[in-house]
Amino acid sequence: MPAVYADAFDETGLPGPCLPHYALIRRWLDETPRDFLLHKRREAELLFRRAGITFSVYSEGSDPERLIPFDIVPRILCAEEWARLVRGLVQRVKALNAFVADVYHEREILAAGKLPAELVLLNDGFCAEMQDLDVAASAYVHVAGIDLVRVGPNDFYVLEDNCRTPSGVSYMLENREAMMRLFPNLCAKHRIAPVSHYPEELHGTLQAVAPPGCTGEPVIVLLTPGAGNSAYYEHSFLADEMGVELVEGADLVVDDNLVFMRTTEGLRRVDVIYRRIDDPYLDPLTFRPDSLLGTPGLFNAYRAGNVTLANAPGAGIADDKAIYPYVPEMIRFYLGEEPILANVPTYRCGDPRHLAYVLDHLSELVVKEARGSGGYGMLVGPHAAAAERACFRAKLVARPENYIAQPTLALSTCPTFVENGIAPRHVDLRPFVLSGREVRIVPGGLTRVALKSGSLVVNSSQGGGTKDTWVLERLPET
Amino acid sequence: MRLTVQHRTEYRYSQPIAYAIQTLRLAPRSNDGMAVLSWRVRGEGRSELPSFVDGFGNLTHCHAVNRPHDFTVVTVEGEVETRPGDGVVRGAIETLPTGFYLRMTPLTAIVPEIAAFAAEIGDRLLPVDRLTALMEAVRRRVDYRTGVTTTMTTAAEALRVGAGVCQDHAHLFIAASRTLGIPARYVGGYLWTGEAAPIEASHAWAEAYVAGHGWIGFDAANRTRPTEAYIRTAIGLDYWSAAPIRGVRRGAAEERLGVSVQVMSTQQ
Repeated sequence: MPAVYADAFDETGLPGPCLPHYALIRRWLDETPRDFLLHKRREAELLFRRAGITFSVYSEGSDPERLIPFDIVPRILCAEEWARLVRGLVQRVKALNAFVADVYHEREILAAGKLPAELVLLNDGFCAEMQDLDVAASAYVHVAGIDLVRVGPNDFYVLEDNCRTPSGVSYMLENREAMMRLFPNLCAKHRIAPVSHYPEELHGTLQAVAPPGCTGEPVIVLLTPGAGNSAYYEHSFLADEMGVELVEGADLVVDDNLVFMRTTEGLRRVDVIYRRIDDPYLDPLTFRPDSLLGTPGLFNAYRAGNVTLANAPGAGIADDKAIYPYVPEMIRFYLGEEPILANVPTYRCGDPRHLAYVLDHLSELVVKEARGSGGYGMLVGPHAAAAERACFRAKLVARPENYIAQPTLALSTCPTFVENGIAPRHVDLRPFVLSGREVRIVPGGLTRVALKSGSLVVNSSQGGGTKDTWVLERLPET
Repeated sequence: MRLTVQHRTEYRYSQPIAYAIQTLRLAPRSNDGMAVLSWRVRGEGRSELPSFVDGFGNLTHCHAVNRPHDFTVVTVEGEVETRPGDGVVRGAIETLPTGFYLRMTPLTAIVPEIAAFAAEIGDRLLPVDRLTALMEAVRRRVDYRTGVTTTMTTAAEALRVGAGVCQDHAHLFIAASRTLGIPARYVGGYLWTGEAAPIEASHAWAEAYVAGHGWIGFDAANRTRPTEAYIRTAIGLDYWSAAPIRGVRRGAAEERLGVSVQVMSTQQ
């Protein structure tokens, strides 16, 4: 198996001359002894362990407090590349918000025949409880994690939109923190756009979407499922950074269709809830009756207009994999613009013609569950054994509508510190896009890297690692 | 027909509990066949409860008691004027497209038994005839018997045991109707049973959508389309989204529920 795809685009410019924004890093990598890098990597691991950043993976037998591997070589984007991405991200997230608002009101996009009605109405992500509810600033997807992959100098694709409770932003922040401590001189020699104000931006976004009836400083809380959740570290980190209370469902109480938090000084009214609990568990009186994680009556208070939930319940309709192929159409429909960021061509296996093509080209395609996440239940055709492909073929034939397929993209590569020294590895990028009264993006995002030689799967649950992502305000002087 | 409703639900606990909350879908909204003259949903010692309109268009009240208590009560008092009709609902608030009501839910999941049951209805030409036959078949296959099923019983389970209450009849009718490609939904409400012993004044039935007619009610439990004796209070995909009362309480105590429902005709 090759270390990387032969035709993969290397972001440093290889095999050609090194691109200017990577020049300093290239030289640094060439000049730094391997032992020093090894030493720094161990130091990084200590830093992360001390901070308590761990990620539990839902698979048996593994260390539940496993660290996501951190690669000490930064991934770099120049100002022009980033500016174009920002335009594309703002455009896409505006369209996604408009779509969710439309889906729970007039459904003009369905009336216009831009996408099949049953795809929305019968979708698991469609939440009828949201129908006709007007939310503050018409913002539904307050925090979006848009997964991007790159296949050429100017060719970025959106792999998927995450509109429910996207996580990973704490890694973006901690990775930067770690780089500044490990390599202060290297950082100082680059004009790296800061990311540390993300918690402030998130706080500002949440403040801006307080219910109309809220006068004065809105009280914001972060609602977590609890310490057992794989992203709990991030929940406590963000609450801390924003200076808001971290609460669990039982810390909140609903009375008179208002939400209160229990404090040592009694009950305190809550205006905005940044919730990291999934829709079905939010409120046993409206959603799953057996949920013990949420707060009974919470949705009633929301529906009565007395509290804001971010992200809005039902926002997941916008990131469903069966809806994804229609996002470019949404951009045209709601904004009257051509999409700046491209979609990956997608075959919907529920369509018999698409299914026939997919079955004929299994060895070239990536097949995903329409509702899966985390890289489970996925077939990477070119890498799969014949038996694995046969197994997926059977699944596809049995439940075609549950699957989509996409061409295997040769993800771009970045220099990465692996066993044999510095070598290219495939990466993706998840920028975090905030929507309140306006759209805000901190420069960069979370770069995930497939550490295994030849692997295209960057998910941390599947052996992926992360890198710091540098957006350079100016090219380095060399 | 002028109907009055008096519905009282009492909660008694073996020892004081700290907190209880209920979502109530007990308030009808007017349509062409029914004018709501007055309607009040109240908690213990309070004026009217705070309310909102849910995604299905149901007027929903919320009752919360946030202090130690061993007793609480919810009362409904109202009066409506109904008109005789053919069971077709006209002039009701519709928030969601009919196609939405083809969705499956856990309680109305379509399993092979239900698909087979629906297939037995045969290929009658008119959808309305198919639905009437379905209503009869549901009642034939599921005997009216209390205590056999609960609010968690699925349509498939009710079909398997062959017994249940109005809620189970409605679920089976809905699941089978959706299997046939006909949108269907759950309806909760009250029923005036006249001189007959009031078995179940709180009632549930189903509605199915037929192009050219609209939403048509089918009460499989009573083998009839809704008449002027029916008060329609809430709709949903199944019991869980249209439930008259959903509640949660905090505190370890045994609950004793006291329910009295009186539906009376004031023009006799």
